Amino acid sequence: MKKILPLLWGLSLAIPSMAQSTFSVNGVADHRSGVYAFLHATIHRDAKTVLNDATLLIRDGKVESVGNSLAIPSDAVVVDCAGKHLYPSFIDVFADYGMPPQAQRSFAGGFDFRNIQLNSSQKGAYGWNQSIRPEVEASKLFAADEAKAKGLRDIGFGTVLTHLKDGIARGTGAVVTLGSRKENLEMLKPRASAHYSFNKGSSMQSYPSSMMGSISLLRQSYLDAGWYRNNNKGEGINLTLQAWNAIQDLPQVFDAGEKWNVLRADRIGDEFGVQYIIKGGGNEYQRIAAIAATKASFILPLNFPATMDVEDPNDARFVSLADMKHWELAPTNPAAFERAGIPFALTTAELRDVKGFAAAIRKAIEYGLSETAALDALTLAPARMLGLQEMVGSLEPGKLANLIVTSGPVFSEQTQILQNWVQGVKYGVKEDAWKEIKGTYALTLTTDKGQTVYVLDVKGSAAASILGKDTLMAKFSHDGKLVRISFSPEKRARGQYRLSGVSQGAEWYGYGEDSSGLALTWSAALQSTATPKADSARRRPSPRMGAITYPFLPFGWTQQPAAQDLLIRNATVWTSESQGRLEQTDILVKRGKIVQIGKGLADPTARVIDATGKHVTAGLIDEHSHIAASSINEGGQSVTSEVRIADNLNPDDINIYRQLSGGVTTSHILHGSANTIGGQTQLIKLRWGADDEGLKFKGAPGFIKFALGENVKRSSLSQGNTRFPDTRMGVEQVLTDAFHRAKAYEQELRRVAAEQKSRKAAVVDPYREVRRDLELEALVEILNRQRFITCHSYVQSEINAAMKVGERLGFTFNTFTHILEGYKVADKMKAHGANASTFSDWWAYKNEVEHAIPQNPTIMHKVGLNVAINSDDAEMARRLNQEAAKSVKYGGMSETDALNMVTINPARMLHVEDKVGSIRVGKDADLVIWSDHPLSIYARAEKTLVDGVVYFDREQDAAMRRQVAAERNRLMGRMGAEKRGGGPVVPAMPSYQYLYHCSDHLHSHGLLTIDID
Amino acid sequence: MRKQHTLLAAALLTSSLAAPLSNAAQDNVYPAKPYAGILQIRNATIHVGNGEVIENGTIEVNNGKIIRVGKDLPTPASGVMLVDAAGRHAYPGLILSISNLGLVEIPTVRATSDVQEIGELNPSIRSIVAYNTDSKITNTVRSNGILLANIVPDGGTLSGSSSVVQLDAWNWEDAAYRMDGGLHFRMPSLFARPSRFGGFGGMRGGAPDGDPVKKALEEIEAFKAFLREARAYAAQPSVKEPNLKMEAVRGLFDRKQKFYIHCDVVKEILVALDLVKEFGLDAVIVGGSECWRVAGLLKQHNVPVILNQMHEMPTLSDDDIDQPYKTPYLLQQAGVLFAINDADGQHRGKNLPFNAGTAAAYGLAREQALSAITLNAAKILGIADRTGSLEVGKDANIVLSKGDILDMRSSVVTHAFIQGRQLDLNDKHKQLNERYRQKYGLQ
Repeated sequence: MKKILPLLWGLSLAIPSMAQSTFSVNGVADHRSGVYAFLHATIHRDAKTVLNDATLLIRDGKVESVGNSLAIPSDAVVVDCAGKHLYPSFIDVFADYGMPPQAQRSFAGGFDFRNIQLNSSQKGAYGWNQSIRPEVEASKLFAADEAKAKGLRDIGFGTVLTHLKDGIARGTGAVVTLGSRKENLEMLKPRASAHYSFNKGSSMQSYPSSMMGSISLLRQSYLDAGWYRNNNKGEGINLTLQAWNAIQDLPQVFDAGEKWNVLRADRIGDEFGVQYIIKGGGNEYQRIAAIAATKASFILPLNFPATMDVEDPNDARFVSLADMKHWELAPTNPAAFERAGIPFALTTAELRDVKGFAAAIRKAIEYGLSETAALDALTLAPARMLGLQEMVGSLEPGKLANLIVTSGPVFSEQTQILQNWVQGVKYGVKEDAWKEIKGTYALTLTTDKGQTVYVLDVKGSAAASILGKDTLMAKFSHDGKLVRISFSPEKRARGQYRLSGVSQGAEWYGYGEDSSGLALTWSAALQSTATPKADSARRRPSPRMGAITYPFLPFGWTQQPAAQDLLIRNATVWTSESQGRLEQTDILVKRGKIVQIGKGLADPTARVIDATGKHVTAGLIDEHSHIAASSINEGGQSVTSEVRIADNLNPDDINIYRQLSGGVTTSHILHGSANTIGGQTQLIKLRWGADDEGLKFKGAPGFIKFALGENVKRSSLSQGNTRFPDTRMGVEQVLTDAFHRAKAYEQELRRVAAEQKSRKAAVVDPYREVRRDLELEALVEILNRQRFITCHSYVQSEINAAMKVGERLGFTFNTFTHILEGYKVADKMKAHGANASTFSDWWAYKNEVEHAIPQNPTIMHKVGLNVAINSDDAEMARRLNQEAAKSVKYGGMSETDALNMVTINPARMLHVEDKVGSIRVGKDADLVIWSDHPLSIYARAEKTLVDGVVYFDREQDAAMRRQVAAERNRLMGRMGAEKRGGGPVVPAMPSYQYLYHCSDHLHSHGLLTIDID
Repeated sequence: MRKQHTLLAAALLTSSLAAPLSNAAQDNVYPAKPYAGILQIRNATIHVGNGEVIENGTIEVNNGKIIRVGKDLPTPASGVMLVDAAGRHAYPGLILSISNLGLVEIPTVRATSDVQEIGELNPSIRSIVAYNTDSKITNTVRSNGILLANIVPDGGTLSGSSSVVQLDAWNWEDAAYRMDGGLHFRMPSLFARPSRFGGFGGMRGGAPDGDPVKKALEEIEAFKAFLREARAYAAQPSVKEPNLKMEAVRGLFDRKQKFYIHCDVVKEILVALDLVKEFGLDAVIVGGSECWRVAGLLKQHNVPVILNQMHEMPTLSDDDIDQPYKTPYLLQQAGVLFAINDADGQHRGKNLPFNAGTAAAYGLAREQALSAITLNAAKILGIADRTGSLEVGKDANIVLSKGDILDMRSSVVTHAFIQGRQLDLNDKHKQLNERYRQKYGLQ
């Protein structure tokens, strides 16, 4: 049993353990058992268990025993670890280590209509969509990459789950260790997990081109796989679906990457009975309660936003409060998970440089994460997620000898990782730091003439000086093994000693020369060690931080507002009912409903709002809006009735607040107009601060967006098109074909159900035989009047043609939206039973609107259609009342009729007139108090109520403006302080907002707005 | 709308209005014939345009010019056309300060667009030569009281020269009100934008390539170098070989031409002020979304602003929700000369009065808001000696409305006069309206 000093050993990657039996050896066999005994160590068996002055014994790459008074076997190499800490090495379950490089697409959405790829370009018996790749196996792609492995080992990792981060279904991940032996030995589990995301990655196929398209594709893939497993008549062999089914029993990992996406992913899981392990994006702390409710385990990145350089006020101007707040609060994300009791692991994924990992962890700890939780999130927690806890994650007998040796507590700033052992193989990390070299040494130079002794003060591995009358800087380097020193013995002396030697801990010795070339020998012996500096990583008090608001935007609430009982007194009330306008009238609101309308009302508990001289209307309803969604257009195909706006609502949209300030309370969020049959729409109430579910208008029937004309055939200036249809003739055929298919689908379902009944099948479920088709299902709902159409339309020919298709195939166009030539076919629309939702005065912005006239609403109204005015524009939605007023101006419409176009009329066409759209007892208390006549340009909404909750109040808004300014100021001060304190900064990046609409817009929405159609 | 009565020459001036609309097509909306006699608009609430309001006043016009404005003006016994404007408001003809009217018919149909020439430096390009007096858009704009427009070319760094036109003409020469009044400089953007497609699902757009701000500053320096050469060129006693580009900018140096700088953010405005100072330009900031932040500086340098679009979002989610709406008020407070424009391509400029109305709803006095689309605009465009207000000596560019022209609730324009000629206010919209009212038998 030879006691060796670790400093001298470890130069080579001495690969012990067994050679692989199937591989031949070029030389003689060299079997070693790799038995090591680590003595006197502080052993962190797992995050919760620490053994002091303990021993760890490893053999054949595994932990043999760990404890305090273990017998040391005679064949063990002993490593003295006094003062050292041993930890299980870290595990990263979201790596792409060893995966082939991928071509990155320049953007994640959209595509080129001029050269559209509608089908998969993958050759072979695979599925239809190129972004669904369950057949990809990381284990087959894996090739060890020593440079990357070393980078990860150096920060403490020993095991990773790696997968190819490409596509919506990404196939399986493999668990590998980070050693440098043959891949066969490093791979622990070739099929450890299945991976998913919302990002289609390298696929150039047009579909999906939106968030909701990705969601629909996943849902349909689950259905297809189930169908393929049971009864796949007509499909032949589909290797993709086969692979999908084969990997369902593995842990399912979803790369969500953002808080709302986390909820979206979880809902898909709920629908198909899958509990995903979800990779977050770092902003989950903003909605931690909803995140906890997913009951998922999480993988969290540590890519905290960099400090921006906000010194130049002109640059700082464009950095939003939300971005600055996220900068401040992002490091609290792991702590928020810990506090909420949500299981989580940490990953290095998305760090700009893995070298920043330790600093990021320390930051998370500084911001409230406990060290225990941090260690658990890097060891046992990820092991458990993948069912690897019998193999890795703690230092227990039988587990792999995956461990790190550190100079102190692993998360302390001064601590160095010295060694990283992977499957019992040692990899040096910072071995020169094993022994503390700082201190004073007696440096003895021996020549023929005798000995001279100097005092050498070593300050670090590259800094030392000679102490004497004067302190003389020496050139010095100590790499743990070799030592070099050169110095002048006296100030300004010409003479120079150059010394070279070896280090054996506290004793160094070697050979040297003076400036005359005279040879000498030298030695240095430690006299006194330096007192180590206090660890700066001791818990600093958490910085004072801003509050989380709902939504995470300026003007958000720190506490969600509640409904109040309100008595609005003495207003001019525009009822939007047959009684029209009521003067000096009171409205009593209780529990979110209108309970009484009249004069001289009283209620002892209600808060009184004096509205003398003011006007009250029902909350405005915008039939055509594109706010509050993460994507709007799934243009990847001409028929995408399967996609649903509801799947990707985005409550973090400032336009909700801005539109409340214009009196809007209900908005119909439509799919865009890039294709003939677009997606399912979502009616929302502007409940500022609610989450995506909370925005939804409960009890409203479903709608779907259709579109005709130029957008569908992609005919505007810059676009070419190769997607069918390219003419209005083709559009009519897309409609006809889709409903023919829908009818056939429904008939088949009925036939199969009937047949199942007649043969007395145990369960009558036609989907056991017929593939459930989400696209056709939505169309069948239309045929059965369970879903209603709102159809983007402009010219009379296409309107007429669409109605004829409907009449022929048995469905109605509930609403024509835009409908700028509705005045030409108003009689036909009336006969068909359509409603009209239009613009007041837009025209001549493209060819198909050259006959648009501002008298259109009036003519349609006079012919007897139910007419609404909509916005399709986040800016104009703040002035919907004024848009309605234009029909008074251009068409001579009555004022009450005009106002109805933004209140009761849209409510009727959306089939929610029993709940909203007018001021009537029993309806929702969605009300606006206006400063002036509601059709006047001078009218401002003073208070806007939804369900009796005051979501907008101009006085409160004034107070919030001051808070926003103060908070901006505070955060810029913090960023400035970081910069002055020498912290790294990146240039200020303007906070852009992405705004969606129907691709027709020719006006500015503001400097920081990027329009997306 | 036929309350107007005429004592003399009635047939001449009301013929087009009296004609049944259904018989007219857009092509039959004729430019008005010159009217040389005396015209009196009586009993109107006169909004002079300079802040003054005269209740129950009279405007007297002779040979196309306003000769008297006031209360209790006597009615000549004969030889006058009278318009009784009782209950109506009289306004100066509204002015679109920046417009592509007559250059762009349908923006998405390339063949109908003559607004953007190829090249970066196009000072010799002149919008007036492409101005189409027969655009179907024009009459719809007039119907909302807009009688003058500055027709502006787009594209490149120096887009060319704009001309002010009056909106009732047979051809561009007739239309020209101030020919080649100014050159349009498009400031390269001085702030970084990410790549166009941000993707979906919370994924942000990529960082811009290189340093766009640095590149923009280099472009601006190159432009300054051009101006320096052009100034030297203009200083020569005689030119041997004319250079079209340098000839085209001569007017800048003796301030005969305006220099319109299209820019928005403070950094750009600062660079603009530097440019103005070096070359002694008669400059106007166009766009100016962020100009309220440096209103004091603009006042100090006497540089006016054309606010291109009032109906715009606040720049940042953090901004006051009414920021663009109250920007005119902030400029007014600081004493900056400004005009309000309507650059919105969805309705092609006809909501100009409502852009001003919005400013009035958010702090500006109504007469100040009116000035922003009349007298201020005239001053900025260099035509205030001839129009912009209802004052003696100016052209009789007059609009009558049944109600407040800034408020869509009440604004119904019934009459418009350009240089005393009464316009036929029929337009394509009214004609189509009439056509389909006929179809349905609607009143």
